[in-house]
Amino acid sequence: MNFRMIFKRLGVVLFIEAACMVPSLVVSLIYRQDDVKSFLLSILILLVFGLGLYLIKPVTTNIYTRDGFAIVALGWLMVSFFGALPFVISGAIPSIMDALFESISGFTTTGASILREIEGLPKGILFWRSFTHWMGGMGVLVLTLAILPSAKANSLHIMKAESPGPNPGKLVPKIGQTVKILYGIYIILTVVHVVFLLTAGMSLYDSFIHAFGSAGTGGFSNRNTSVAAFNSAYVDIIITVFMLLFGINFTLYYQIFKGNFKSILQDEELRFYVGTVVAAIILVTLNINGKVFYSIWESIRYSAFQVGSIITTTGYATTDFNLWPVFSKCILIMLMFIGASAGSTGGAIKCIRILLLVKVIRREIAKIIHPRSVYTVKVGGRMIEEETLSGVMAFFFLYILIFAASVLVVSLDGIDIVSSVTSVIATIGNIGPGLGIVGPIGNYADFSVISKAVLSICMIIGRLEIYPVLLLFAPTFWRRVNI
Amino acid sequence: MKIIIIGDGKVGYSLAENLSKENSDVTIIDKNAEALKKAGEFLDVMCIKGNGVSTKILLEAGVKEADLLIAATTSDEMNMVCCLTAKKLGAKHTIARIRDPEYANELSMLKADLGLDMVINPEQAAANEIARLLSFPSAVNVEEFAKGRVELVELKVTAEMSIIGMQLKHISSKISSSILIGAVLRRDEVIIPNGVFEIRENDTLYIIGRSSSVFNFCKQISKGSQKVKNVMIVGGGRIAYYLAKYLDETGMKVKIIEIDREKCIALSELLPNALIINGDGSDDTVLQSENLSDMGAFVSLTGRDEENLMSALLAKQWGVQKVVAKINRINYAGVIKNMGIDSVVSPKMITANHIVRYVRGLKNALGNPVETLYKIIGDQAEAIEFTAGASTRFLDIPLKNLKVVQGVIVAAIVRKNEIIIPHGKDVIKPGDSVILIAKDKKFSDLNDIIAPGGIPDEL
Repeated sequence: MNFRMIFKRLGVVLFIEAACMVPSLVVSLIYRQDDVKSFLLSILILLVFGLGLYLIKPVTTNIYTRDGFAIVALGWLMVSFFGALPFVISGAIPSIMDALFESISGFTTTGASILREIEGLPKGILFWRSFTHWMGGMGVLVLTLAILPSAKANSLHIMKAESPGPNPGKLVPKIGQTVKILYGIYIILTVVHVVFLLTAGMSLYDSFIHAFGSAGTGGFSNRNTSVAAFNSAYVDIIITVFMLLFGINFTLYYQIFKGNFKSILQDEELRFYVGTVVAAIILVTLNINGKVFYSIWESIRYSAFQVGSIITTTGYATTDFNLWPVFSKCILIMLMFIGASAGSTGGAIKCIRILLLVKVIRREIAKIIHPRSVYTVKVGGRMIEEETLSGVMAFFFLYILIFAASVLVVSLDGIDIVSSVTSVIATIGNIGPGLGIVGPIGNYADFSVISKAVLSICMIIGRLEIYPVLLLFAPTFWRRVNI
Repeated sequence: MKIIIIGDGKVGYSLAENLSKENSDVTIIDKNAEALKKAGEFLDVMCIKGNGVSTKILLEAGVKEADLLIAATTSDEMNMVCCLTAKKLGAKHTIARIRDPEYANELSMLKADLGLDMVINPEQAAANEIARLLSFPSAVNVEEFAKGRVELVELKVTAEMSIIGMQLKHISSKISSSILIGAVLRRDEVIIPNGVFEIRENDTLYIIGRSSSVFNFCKQISKGSQKVKNVMIVGGGRIAYYLAKYLDETGMKVKIIEIDREKCIALSELLPNALIINGDGSDDTVLQSENLSDMGAFVSLTGRDEENLMSALLAKQWGVQKVVAKINRINYAGVIKNMGIDSVVSPKMITANHIVRYVRGLKNALGNPVETLYKIIGDQAEAIEFTAGASTRFLDIPLKNLKVVQGVIVAAIVRKNEIIIPHGKDVIKPGDSVILIAKDKKFSDLNDIIAPGGIPDEL
């Protein structure tokens, strides 16, 4: 392990976090509320710590896969920790554990909140809370790669460790260029989203908050009742569409940009994603129509919004789906496991992994019927390496294992089983609201400190796709000489 | 610049490494996923698994916008087809590695018909390189600038040289040769020397100057070294054939030892002036009975690295003045350097270097002012050739009035046919080629070498 180089890199990450606090500082200056001081102080602390780490002189600048993983895992812990500073300093969230939970929930684009009352908080703090979604959606360390000119070949390890999906790759030969393209797409889509929300009559501030929430597929709103507060069908439609757009692999947008429309239509993951969304909307609509809502259009509007919000792991709500029939709730829980596409800002297991698992099962069955047959699993006509497949299976098992273990710990709090189970599903999948007391109108305030810590770890595990965080707990990972 | 490389072997990898570091967008295509793994992990390049001949793969790699396609697979035919297809699909330039001497004869026709911009034959290039080393016995390495008019020679200072203990400012008075010592490697440290720098034994000097001046300098400082007259070559492969032909043209006597009788007969037919010996080149007695110790130079060119190195060491032990060994595996270059063999050549590295040089030329045509660039001393320093133009801010100012950034030396100025080893009163004029040696720094513009406020009278 090249610890010096790791910490030097982390110093840069802190600088960038300090820079990312500037927009929030500007907002708080505009509204002249008492949170200005907290941002100034946080930026100062970040710069001091960042400089301290940055001044470390590395012996060699070589970093390898494990160093990349360490940078990402430690980077996320540090960014979340320092991101909680404005909450604590401003007094918005006095408890440190609560502030950490909120900050981690922001950066991991979960959107789970411990706040009972949101609307009274200073605007700068709420802006920062939503801005963390936007940073975390595409990745904080990927952002450093986009900004730093010195992105070297070995930075690919960092991108691979942070970007979602079984096999994140490059769009163009240069990694710096790839990351810039991805962020470019991200920024453009976000701006378009803001413009659409403005035309719907939202204020600029509200538009930004909700665009950040759907761009990062996070789900923090500045209203107690989330998007339902606007009570506008037009707003619902815009947010539904954009949430679904941010759940698509960003590589496909690059293909559109290059005029390569054919490859989009042939993309199997996109077809699976769209198919799942459409099927879920139809099933939920049929189920809730006549029971919760009494017009078919209203049913479609609410079911589409909720399905889009859950499958992309955003977690906005326009209605309390806690009151929906059990069938609809079960569909939403399944969507919570599936999640968005690889290479998007969404979380959970990801469509491509589910697709691969289904194909592996199909192959296993075929092998029983024809024991000597040789099958290769293909996606989009391309063979998937066995290594990737076993990686996906191991990932799925780990995901379920961590889910089960976390449920056990959370259940010690003695809260009802639906709330306990869905709180873990909603945090490990980076969704936010679950069912029961953590439902769309509820929050996570009632959990014990231990449960909040476990759920926080679940969020980071979900966002970084398990392995980087898991490595932090492996003793051999920390040894200077790995044998 | 967008470059596609087909074939991720040693040549492909080292090309990708060099070119991607020089800010080109490199895409590598190979059929073998294992080979691509290393490139994908350690280089900032894009890897595509597939056959480089296939149109689909080439299009995926972006052949339409590619400035250059380099085909470096093991098969000559495949390389030709790749280049042909790529050219048809819109690649601007193509380079193919073609090693079969049968094809080499039809080269000009092939080049025209297949639209190849450059053809490289690794064995021929290696033979060229060795011939150049032999004509310069005390040099470890020779590089060319300004189309061969200026040479940069790497020279190891040995105990019998007369310049040991001399300060650089006294050299010009003692030795009547207009050269400049641009960089010195002492132990592992690179020094850009000034006038009071004192030369010690085991230093490696990087000497720049007109070819004849450098040659003269080398002759004057080392008593024992004169032109190599007899060369013994072990291993009668393609490199040996090309090398013997070159050496024969320059009037050296060549003795080739080859174990395979058939090959010996073929060689004796092709090389009437060379002495061909049928024997085992790794056998001590064979080498001795062929008067190894009386040879001016010894070159080992068999297919096995170990044998080449061992017989080279043997030759060194027997007092052969210049010993060259060929190796294929370049991973241990650092270790071999300390073994006492004068020069080690690797055809693959030479191929890669040639192509990199060509690419730099192309880039130059695309508006990059760097003419030639060599990484010397294991990447720790660079020798760069720029062309001074209208944009150069310090034309016609005597060099002594300029303040240059630390660690950079203006090593030579080439003005038409004149080669100037610059002194304080010399000036740079528009159109001059300026050769710099720079330590730890990268320059992409000639103006960058001036320290802030380093130009007088500039307001």
